[in-house]
Formats: sequence, C-alpha cells, structure tokens
Amino acid sequence: MSTEPVLRVENLVKHFPLTRGVLIQKKIGAVRAVDGVSFDLQPGETLGLVGESGCGKSTVAKLLMNLERVSAGRIVFKGQDITHASGSALKAVRRNIQMVFQDPYTSLNPRMTVGDIIGEPYDIHPEVAPKGDRRKKVQDLLDVVGLNPEHINRYPHQFSGGQRQRIGIARGLALNPEVIICDEPVSALDVSVQAQVINLMERLQGEFGLSYIFIAHDLSVVRHISDRVAVMYLGKIVEVGTEDQIYEHPTHPYTQALLSAVPVPDPEGRETRERIILTGDVPSPANPPSGCRFRTRCWKAQDICAKEEPLLEVRAGLGDTAHASACHFAEVMEIVHTTN
Amino acid sequence: MTIETSDPVLVQPGVPLLEVEDLHVEFHTRDGVAKAVNGVSYKVHPGETLAVLGESGSGKSVTAQAVMGILDMPPARIPRGAIKFQGRDLLKMSNEERRKLRGQRMAMIFQDSLSALNPVYSVGFQLGEMFRVHRGMSRKDAKAKAVELMDLVKIPAARTRVNDYPHQFSGGMRQRIMIAMALALEPDLIIADEPTTALDVTVQAQVMGLLAELQREFHMGLILITHDLGVVADVADNIVVMYAGRIVERAPVHAIYRQPGHPYTKGLLASIPRLDLKGQDLYAIKGLPPNLMRIPSGCAFNPRCPYARDVCTTELPAAVPLGTGRESACHFAQAVLEGEVAADVH
Ligand SMILES: Nc1ncnc2c1ncn2[C@@H]1O[C@H](COP(=O)(O)OP(=O)(O)OP(=O)(O)O)[C@@H](O)[C@H]1O
Ligand SMILES: Nc1ncnc2c1ncn2[C@@H]1O[C@H](COP(=O)(O)OP(=O)(O)OP(=O)(O)O)[C@@H](O)[C@H]1O
Ligand SMILES: [Mg+2]
Ligand SMILES: [Mg+2]
Repeated sequence: MSTEPVLRVENLVKHFPLTRGVLIQKKIGAVRAVDGVSFDLQPGETLGLVGESGCGKSTVAKLLMNLERVSAGRIVFKGQDITHASGSALKAVRRNIQMVFQDPYTSLNPRMTVGDIIGEPYDIHPEVAPKGDRRKKVQDLLDVVGLNPEHINRYPHQFSGGQRQRIGIARGLALNPEVIICDEPVSALDVSVQAQVINLMERLQGEFGLSYIFIAHDLSVVRHISDRVAVMYLGKIVEVGTEDQIYEHPTHPYTQALLSAVPVPDPEGRETRERIILTGDVPSPANPPSGCRFRTRCWKAQDICAKEEPLLEVRAGLGDTAHASACHFAEVMEIVHTTN
Repeated sequence: MTIETSDPVLVQPGVPLLEVEDLHVEFHTRDGVAKAVNGVSYKVHPGETLAVLGESGSGKSVTAQAVMGILDMPPARIPRGAIKFQGRDLLKMSNEERRKLRGQRMAMIFQDSLSALNPVYSVGFQLGEMFRVHRGMSRKDAKAKAVELMDLVKIPAARTRVNDYPHQFSGGMRQRIMIAMALALEPDLIIADEPTTALDVTVQAQVMGLLAELQREFHMGLILITHDLGVVADVADNIVVMYAGRIVERAPVHAIYRQPGHPYTKGLLASIPRLDLKGQDLYAIKGLPPNLMRIPSGCAFNPRCPYARDVCTTELPAAVPLGTGRESACHFAQAVLEGEVAADVH
C-alpha cells in the first residue's frame, strides 16, 4: 500500500480510572479499555472492527472522534497529528470524520425535530448548505436512508428503533465527510432495511471515496462490507487481515471461536451444530491476564502464553494467506465454508 | 387480590400463558392518527419461545409495550382487543394489579438498554431494588443478590463493578444488566425486545443459552423480538411475522425458513447477509415502509410486492391456512409457498 492513509492510529491507549468512595474518590486501579491499538485506514477502504462486548471498540471510536482524551498514542489524519486538536483544527477534523452511534435512543436529542437533528451539523458548518438549501438537503438525506421526507417535523420518540438509527445515519452523512466511523450502525435494523443501508453505504463509498471504520457484532455484515478486518480482544487487536484472510484462514483461536459462534439463519440441524464454546469468564479489563490476554479461555494455552505476550505479527510457515496474528501457536483452521 | 409469585395454581396446563386477541393500538399525534397495531393475535404457552419478526416500525415493540402495560396513554389508545395473561384480561385490571404483575410474573428486556437504566443510580442499586421492593430484602442482601445476577450474565469482576453507573459499562454489558434485571424475580413470561442487538456472538450465545436454561427450569414463556434471523433459527419454536401492524404470517420455525408463505417473509429471508456467501449487492425489498397514517388499502404490502395484482389493492387478504400451525395473509399464499418465483424475488 503506497498511498498515504487517511487515518493512522499508533499505539492508542485509553485507561479509565477506577475509583472508590463517594465524597473522597480514591483511585483504586484502571479499566484498560484500549491498550495499544495501531492500524491504518486507506482512502476508500472499509476496516471492520469486531470483538467481544466490552473489548474497547466504542472507546476506539470515541478516541478517533476526540470525544474521549487519549491516555497515550497518536492519531494522524492525512498526515496531520490530530491527537490533541482543539479550536478550529478540531472543527475541521469533526467535519471530515463523522460518527454514527451505537445507541439510536440516547444519541438523538428528544426535544429536536428530525429535521433539526439532521440539519444541525449545518449550523456549525454553514458552508456545506446555505440556509435556503437546508430543508431540501435534509429531505434528500431522509429519502436516501429510506425514511419518509414528509416526516421532517417529527420528533425521535415518534419513530421506531430502526427508524431512529436511520436518522443517525442521515446525520452522519450530512457534511459529506471523508471518514465515517460506524458503531453498530445496522444492528437495530431489520435485515431488509439493513441490506438497503449497507448497499447505500457501499454506493456512497464508491461515489465519494469515503473510508469507513465499521464496528459491528454481526460478522456476516462485517464480511460483506469490509475490505480488511481487525479482531479485538480486551483492548488489543489480536488478528488483522483482508476479509478473505480473516474469514477463510483465521489463525487466532479467538477469531476461530467468534466465527464458529455465529448463528446460522437456518434451523435445520440446530441441535447438532458444532461450535467452539469458550469456557471461563471474560477477564476484567481492569486486571487483564499476564502474557496473552486470551489464554484463560484458550484451548491451546501453554506455559509460554502466561509468560510472554504474543506480538501482532506475521508468523513464518503460514503460507500465502499469512497475516498478522497475536498468537504463539497461530495456525489456520477452517470454520467458514464459502460457497460464493 | 394479591398475586404471589410462588403460587403455581394459576398456571394451568394447556391454558396459554398469554393470549393477545385482535389488539389495536393507535397514536394520536398533531399530524393525525398513526395506526401502529391493527388486529394482532398471538398465543404463548408456558415453555414456548415465540419469535416476532417484522420490518422496523411494524409494531413489534408497541404490541409488547401494550402487553406490559407501559404505553403512554395518551398519545396511545387501545380502541379494541384483549390481552389475557393466564386467562385474565390485563386491559380490565386496575393499574395497581398490573404493576404487581410486572417484574414479578412478567418482565421485559428493553431494546434501549441505556435509557431503560437510570443514569443517577449505580447498577447494583437498581438490581438490588428489585429484591428490596418485591422481596423485602435488606440493603446488604439485595446488594449480594445484585452481584450474583451480574455474575450470572457474565459481567467480569462483578463484585468490584457493582457500584458503577450505567455509562461506565459498554453497550453489551448494559444490555446484560437489563437481562439480569428481568430475570431477577423469575417471572412466568419474558418479553425480550432485541435482547442481543448490542451483544457480540459469543456473549449472545451465552445469553440465549441462559434464557433457554431458565426457560426449561421454570417453564417460562418467551417472546423474542429480534431482527437476527440467525438467533431465531437457533431458539424459536414458533414465529409470527409482522408488517404494518398486522401479522402477515405465522408458522413453526422449521417450516418458515424452508418455505416462506408470504412475499414479505420471502423478501426478508432473501436479504440476510450470510457468513458463507460472498455476493455483490444484498437483496433488499424495494420501496419504503408504509406511512401508518395512510396505510395502503387492500394488502398493506402491495406497493412493494412482486406478486401484487389488482385484488391486492382492494381487498384485505384473510389468513390462509397452510398446513399445521401455519397461515399466511396473502391472496396468493399458495403460489408463494410453492415457490412460484415472481419477477424480482430470488
Ligand atoms: N409516541 C408515538 N407517536 C407516534 N407514533 C409512534 C409513537 N410510538 C411509536 N410510533 C409508531 O408506531 C410504529 C410502530 O413502532 P414500534 O416501535 O412498535 O416498531 P418496531 O416494529 O418495534 O420497530 P423496530 O424494529 O424498528 O424497533 C412506528 O412506525 C412508530 O413510528
Ligand atoms: N466512562 C467510562 N468509565 C469507566 N469505564 C468505561 C467507560 N467507558 C467504557 N468503559 C469500559 O471500557 C471497556 C470498553 O468499553 P467499550 O464501550 O469500548 O466496549 P465495546 O467494545 O464497544 O463493547 P460493546 O460491544 O458492548 O459495545 C468496558 O469494560 C467498559 O466498561
Ligand atoms: Mg460499543
Ligand atoms: Mg422495536
């Protein structure tokens, strides 16, 4: 990849202090929500980000959006360090990097009409849509995401969960950003609307050269939309590769377990289907295991896994599908049998 | 009368746990009347899992909220229908009686976990409250119960996190806390509205496994509202499919995946992205969802339906029986079932 990435993330870290006491708060530790995450995002590319609940996906998204302060690390947007951007630099960043949130309920202001919510970004960036054009632009956006343009004056509570998620997506598109970070953008949608939104996102990507970071727990959706996929576990990326490498040739046991747990939309043989069921509790990010963080739930774990943290690197002997995987015993295991 | 949770006499074998009959719900808004639910009927038996599928905005949550008795009225109104829980019509009960049922005998897991949790109280306090209010437990015992429940739904380090506030948990964790809250008092009926939307697959598998276990143990009825057709294929016994506030198809789980009997269901199944299939564009049902203030005449799905003929724009299709426990509200149900492929459905 010779082109300059739109977004480069280097060793991103976010620790939330754990406190005890009501009046006098005493710091008793830290939740290591994100603990050294690095990746590049190329122009026009979609990077899927998957992993267990609580592994730090949304926190990565919030750090990229400057909604949370980084504890350490660097975020570079088109060659410019935006890690600590403020004032007009931050405003420019915000225009170019937009986010669609996970929670369609709390991310929409209940006292604003849908038209105001979607048009709000234009208040801060009037250059994108002069006052007279706004209503039309907002109605176009409503249409684009499959909502009735006549509903521009309604309030969020008058819409169902899935409809609200589409409002969030319309808002994310309003400023024609270069990067859109989507945090579970389609998980509240029914599959047909989900298909519409994904087709729409792919169309917009083609038209405007958008880059996406696509966070989702639905691995089928992620496969469909992503060029590359990064798998996170307890604040770290454990495996990263092209969509094909991750789905057809996963080498990290955690990725393999994730893929095997995906429910198949076919009830035939549901009683006998084989799955890798992970045993053991999810460790607390406040007190992650030594060495490899996955070892407490891993069926391959040996002594070395407790002693030495496996680096995220391409290991020898994995053939032409080799890609970065943070496992001492990285080895291809076929889980998904693609039929094309 | 007071209702004791430990009183098994009320649960008679054979009698459905829940019977929704011809339920109608409308919202009176400034712009007009939105007809969100237009004659929904379904039954849930003890130990049964009924999955409710349907388009976003088709009235799945509103129906559930009517069953739970938590619709804001006004703007909502229930002009017609009955909701019988263990044989008694909930719509004829006093607010006091219904409040007693909620939480104790029927509980709901909400679609929006963040707004359902109170941001100013710790999650431990909110979980413990169930036991203080309904079981008269001491603060200390209630806290211990809260930790137990958090463990049950796999919140790591529950003991140290019990005093944390909702915003300090990830989306998936909040969802699991909501699930814990619903399970707390071991109700007879659980309505789970998108319970696993925010969960990744491994936790989703655990949570669904947990629900199934409790269901077997306590013979609990479960209404599962979800868009995840994978989860439905895994756990459901029976399925109802909603469109524009009506049930357009009902069937046992195996039958519907093999052979959908309604064009909407067919489109829905065709839209699923599959892990093992790489395609170009995903199939999507064309057109927009109906405006509930102006539901199309005849069959509400007709403007989007590849099978539609003239009759579909004038006559509301009645439910056509399609074998045991199956029916489809489509004029051409038999043709759809037999897989006569219409123009753009594959
Ligand atoms: N307070 C309200 N005022 C007006 N319309 C409402 C109100 N609450 C809900 N509706 C409408 O009722 C319809 C049914 O909503 P409901 O929440 O039941 O949909 P749903 O099937 O659960 O969809 P989703 O899958 O997106 O959650 C929607 O079209 C919604 O816009
Ligand atoms: N403001 C906060 N204070 C303390 N801890 C936090 C805060 N925000 C997040 N965390 C913790 O950081 C970890 C990562 O949370 P994050 O929301 O990034 O997870 P996620 O991967 O998005 O999970 P999900 O799939 O459930 O949304 C979790 O353990 C969470 O409890
Ligand atoms: Mg998240
Ligand atoms: Mg809903």
